[in-house]
This record gives sequence, structure tokens and C-alpha cells, in this order.
Amino acid sequence: MGSLNLLRIVTIPLLLLGSLPGSTAFAQSPTYGVGRTPTAEEIRRMDISIGPTGEELPPGRGSVKEGAQVYVQKGCVGCHGAAGVGGLAPILQSKRGADVPVWKKERILPLRAPNATIVWDFINRGMPLGLEGTLTPDEVYSLTAYLLFINNVIPEDQVLDKQSLPKVRMPIGDEFGKPHQFKLNAPRLEGYPY
Amino acid sequence: MDSKRNSRRELLKAGAALAGGITLGTGSKAQAEGHDHPMTPGSENASPMIHGSKEQIEYGQRSKYVTSVRVQHPIGGRPSPDVFGKVFHVATPLQDSVGVITPSSLHYIATTRGSFLPDIDPRQHTLTIHGLVDRPLTLTMDELKRFPSVTRLHFIECAGNRHNGKQKNVQDTHGMTSCSEWTGVLLSTLLKECGLKGSAKWFVAEGAEEVKGASSIPIEKGMDDCIIAYGMNGEPLRPQQGFPVRIMVPGFEGIYHTKFLRRIKVVDRFYMNYNEFGHLRPEDKELALGEQIGPKSVITYPSGTQQLPGPGFYEISGLAWSGGGAVKTVEVSTDGGKKWNRAEFKNTPQRMAHVRFAYPWKWDGTETAIMSRCTDEVGQRQALREEIANWWKVPFERDYRVPGLDNSVMPWKIARDGSVTNGLA
Repeated sequence: MGSLNLLRIVTIPLLLLGSLPGSTAFAQSPTYGVGRTPTAEEIRRMDISIGPTGEELPPGRGSVKEGAQVYVQKGCVGCHGAAGVGGLAPILQSKRGADVPVWKKERILPLRAPNATIVWDFINRGMPLGLEGTLTPDEVYSLTAYLLFINNVIPEDQVLDKQSLPKVRMPIGDEFGKPHQFKLNAPRLEGYPY
Repeated sequence: MDSKRNSRRELLKAGAALAGGITLGTGSKAQAEGHDHPMTPGSENASPMIHGSKEQIEYGQRSKYVTSVRVQHPIGGRPSPDVFGKVFHVATPLQDSVGVITPSSLHYIATTRGSFLPDIDPRQHTLTIHGLVDRPLTLTMDELKRFPSVTRLHFIECAGNRHNGKQKNVQDTHGMTSCSEWTGVLLSTLLKECGLKGSAKWFVAEGAEEVKGASSIPIEKGMDDCIIAYGMNGEPLRPQQGFPVRIMVPGFEGIYHTKFLRRIKVVDRFYMNYNEFGHLRPEDKELALGEQIGPKSVITYPSGTQQLPGPGFYEISGLAWSGGGAVKTVEVSTDGGKKWNRAEFKNTPQRMAHVRFAYPWKWDGTETAIMSRCTDEVGQRQALREEIANWWKVPFERDYRVPGLDNSVMPWKIARDGSVTNGLA
């Protein structure tokens, strides 16, 4: 009873304060007001993080055949070798048989990635060495198609674009560890004694 | 021997006369003569003088007798610079460390891919926060520094910081961790400024370097203790540590601490962007052990390749840390792990920071093995490799690879001649 009265005493002035002009807006506005709001176009240009559903993917398209040409034209062969083997950089085509499970194969991005969008994202931001960020969306789509094809993930006639790329079924399926629900001030793994 | 002294006094007199002019001339002469007394034996300056250079005066440098440097990691692994002429991983010389701060010049370096350092002009660099926020925000570096700041001690450790029987010294076994004082703005301050949406679950932290290295981090962590850091050990970040700004994700594996930070994108699901592919594991459990660093410690003195001159007193000294919080206790064994003794702390343990521990020891000259283990504030204990293998129900072998980050106990063998070698060898 007493606390209810106290609540009323406290809330009434607060409600009054809330109805003052400008105070509602103040409650939602930033505390410090430092910095500026980037434009939608600025954000779109810098947003190269491609999620599993591919909503950030730009328009464009690429085929396996075009990818094979881009792979040569852009000098991928120099580091990764012809058809993804025999270079100094990580191999891009498995040397193991089609019947070998993914986890028994080499750590190859276009083979082991849980989503094909990851392959796109990786090539787009990270390749080619020293000329990162210079590939056009079409070139990235086609390189992705080529690398998925040489690892028997997609057929030779498949064309990849914003719609089809996220739908590619990767050989790893659901056979990979999922991030756990992170908890603050908790052991790194529940039930792990060490 | 008096000549050096006398000539110095002559110089002082000349200086005073020059500075004071004619009127002060006689007075200063009398003062100088008043201080004329026989030299204290042994007070002569026996060492040659270092001629002060512009560099020494303006920024300073260490003694030429101090030569400890970073080295390639792992030994025999990918060289740095590599075949592409690029810098890769280099480790901190922990065997020479004192206290808990790693000098900025000796902080370990790892890059997401062998890479040149981006040469970023801080006046041109901006940080943008967008995605699941009410108000996206772009900040210049000057604007970032206007927000309330924090200064905290934190370690960073690379996932590649694994010890095995082939390594010689503690730089090889544990040098991919370092500890600095970091200054910056809490990410939570900035996320609140942007107004975090209820659907926010993860955020992607992306760098401005050539590959735009990016990691996904739980939003709970971002709202807790992540720091958008621009300062390191009292000065701006070093380029090798992400100048002009990086994110500190205290206690998480090194790769999460994105350097050259240009963008924070708040998302509703896990994004596997560049750096995350390396974390892919078959099992949830192993994946979890590759995120937050476990409780870990190592003896840095005496350690591999060092030499004890003979039996007698030694202060065993080392570093302990944990990604789970502050280190609570450290124990040291001087008999190969049979008896564990409580070590003392040389500084106050702080959350996700190295703490210096020590244990007084009188070596009797017999062959033995010394090792340390620690427990953190959330109750995790550093384990022996055998214990970890048992938990995973796999046979323990000499080259057993600890799943996730290797935080197992590191033994050093001490031979009768006082030589210290890798106890895993």
C-alpha cells in the first residue's frame, strides 16, 4: 500500500515531464550526438558481408565456362595451379575420390563451406592476391561456379546469380559444428571440466 | 682520473658564464670552487658515454645490450616474409619478459593471410556501425575519441599458440600471446548510441586491409566488454596492431580482434565471413573450445634453453591468463607434477589479462621437471594433456593434439647440469 503510494508520487511527475515538448524525442535520441549518419548508398557500397541467404549479393551472373576463363585471365593459375592444384597457394580441387566424406578431404573452401555464399564472399574480398576488390560481381559469380563445378558440387551447365547461389546444396550438408549460445562469465564449454 | 671531473667543471662554469652573462661571472666561479672536494673512491664514470642522438631524445630506444626480438612462428613453418614476400606470424620473446606488459615493439603479430600492412591515414579512416540498429553511425577517429573511454589491461592469444615436444624455448611454445594496456571506447557505448534492435544476435567486425578480414562475434559479448581501441601502452596503436583502430574482444581467440577496423555490422544470425572459415569444425564442442581462451599458464623462468648456474635459490616466474575472466590461483610443481604449491601474484589479476606469478625455489641440483597450472574465476582449471585426452576418451600419445585452443600444462625439464629443456620432448 505504502509502496503503491510512493509509486504514484514518483510516476506522476515523470508522466508530466514526458508530455513536455521535445522530451519524448530526447528519450530516443543518441546520448552523445557525435558522428554522422551514413547514407544508404555508402552502406550498400561497403557492405560486402554476405549472409547465408545472400540478401547482400549484388546483381550479376556467371557460368562455369566463364569462370574457367576468368581463372586463367586473372592469374589464379599462378598461385593455385591449373584447375586448382599444383600451386604454392592452398589447393582448390580435392585430390581425393568422390566417395570420400567431406571431413576426410582436404580443407578446400568450395568443398567444405556450409554455404556457397561463403565462397563468393571469400573470393570477392580476398582475391586475387595484391589486387583484392578488383573483380566484378560477374567475375566473382563465374569463379564461384567454376570452383564449385571442379569439386563436383554443381553441374557444368549451372549459372549462378543472387537467386541461385544461396540455394546451392553444399556437400558438407549439416555435418558441421554450430556456434553455441554464448554466455557471459561462464566456462567456454558447458560440462567441460577444464 | 681527476682530469675528467675537472674538465666537466670547467664546462659547467663556462656554461653558467655564458648563460648568466658578465654580471654573474664571479659568483658562479665562487660556487663551483665551494663544491671542490675529493672524489668518493669508485665514483668515477668507468663506462663510455652514449652520444645522444635525435632518435634517442625524441622517441627513445632500448640499450644495445638488450637484444631480445620477435621470431617467426612456428619454427619451421611458413617463413616470414613468405614466398609472396609477405609478413606472417611472429612470436613474443616471453623468455625475456618481466612484469605483464608486452612492449608494443615485441607484441606478437599474426595476419589473416600473409599481408602487407595497410598504411592508413587516420584523418581519412572512418568506422561505420550499421545493420540492426536504429541509427547507423559513421565516426572519424577524432569523433571516436570524443566518446567516454576506458583503459584496460588485456591479453591477446593466437589459436596457433600450441606447444609440442619439438619446440626449444617458451617463445616457440607460448610466444603467440602478449598483453597490453588498451584504451578506447566500449563497443556497448557506441551500440547504445546507435540504438540496438531487439533482433540483434551477432555482429561482424571487419577490417580495412586488403582482404577485409572479418569475424562474427556474439552481441552479448559486444554489449559486455569489447573495446574499440585506439590506444596501446600509452600511445596510438602500432600499425602491426591495427592502427588507427581495432576491436578488442577480451578473452576470445586473437583472430576476433579485428585490426584496421572499418565496419561493425549488426546481424540476426552467424555470418561466416573470411576469418570464420578457419573455425569450421565437425563438432559443436570443438568449435566452442576455439572461441574463448581456456585457463593457461607457463613458466618463463627457468624455461627452455636457459641455464641454471648451479644449485641454490631461484624465483620461478611465469605468466597466467584466461579468457573466462581473472586468474584466481596458480600452482607450481617442482617435482614433475607430484606436489602442487600455491604461487604468489606479482600484480593484481585482472579480467582477461596476463598475471605474473612466482614461486621461491631452492634447487638441490637433482634432475626434475617444473610446471604450472592455473584456475580462473569461473572455476575452469588448466589441465594436463593426459587429462584432456581422457575427457575426450581418446588414447593419450606423445603427440596428442588438444582440441580447440591448447591450454594444457607445459613442463620444463631441468638436468643435473642446470640446462633447461622442453619437458614434452
